[in-house]
Amino acid sequence: MAVLAAILFSGNVAAAGSWQPLQNDDLHDPASPAIGLLQQPAEALSKLPPDTTGNLVRWVEALEKGHIEPRSNIFPETKINLLDKDILMNLKGGTPIVRFPHRAHTLWLDCANCHDHLFKAQTGGNKLSMMQILQGEQCGVCHGAVAFPLTECNRCHSVPRPGIAKPSATPR
Amino acid sequence: MGGWLAWLVLLASLALPGQPALAEYGDVVLNRRSEKEGMRPVIFSHWFHRIRFQCKVCHQELGFKMRVGSNDVRMADIINGKFCGMCHNGDVAWGPDRCDLCHSGKRGLPTGIYGGHETSGPGRW
Repeated sequence: MAVLAAILFSGNVAAAGSWQPLQNDDLHDPASPAIGLLQQPAEALSKLPPDTTGNLVRWVEALEKGHIEPRSNIFPETKINLLDKDILMNLKGGTPIVRFPHRAHTLWLDCANCHDHLFKAQTGGNKLSMMQILQGEQCGVCHGAVAFPLTECNRCHSVPRPGIAKPSATPR
Repeated sequence: MGGWLAWLVLLASLALPGQPALAEYGDVVLNRRSEKEGMRPVIFSHWFHRIRFQCKVCHQELGFKMRVGSNDVRMADIINGKFCGMCHNGDVAWGPDRCDLCHSGKRGLPTGIYGGHETSGPGRW
């Protein structure tokens, strides 16, 4: 058991904290004068709560715990909308129920980023489809591109269905 | 049997975490006009910007649509304080005279979103 724990632990350590330097990321031109001036991902991201995927950062946790303090607006007159309301979805499906937390989303986004062109602001009024999401529509506009990727099934499908065992491979 | 195993290996290789993805998750290459006009493509890093600004600042206040290629941003707009120019004005962030800091990409890169660790982002499927 201890050996297993050690292996799992070392795996987590290895997964955390490997960011390519900009000059090796296959996007930046190593000859660009920007190299050496732009901030390197490792310098910024290694200080934030670690994740196993995406930018290897728990972005919501980083914001909630004050590791980062991203500005909410540029124009002083902009109204900041926060909503603390969970929506349960996929109530009749076979996979665990989806808990959609408005709070974590409105910490970053405005209502108008999703409503109503992606989702009607009405519980039960939207037909969601994993095929659509995997093609970059609906939740997939962000999840799979900038927010945690679609391999993390259980972060959304997070509420066990009564009478059905919880799936085993559960990233936190 | 062999075919079944190949599928399994293929699926496993797609699902395995920690594959080396070189670009950082959410990096965007903008090259609609850059190279045609003799500049390197622009590399926009979501990770760098979201440390400093919530998504809604650019995607709501500044009007950037959430789809790569759907924003027709011209340097004239930026110099006039629109889009990137709202901050990249020499005051909040470096100004549009620092061409090379944004136009820093490898030549030949197509416009798109890069750096998916596992799912490679929208458009792969």
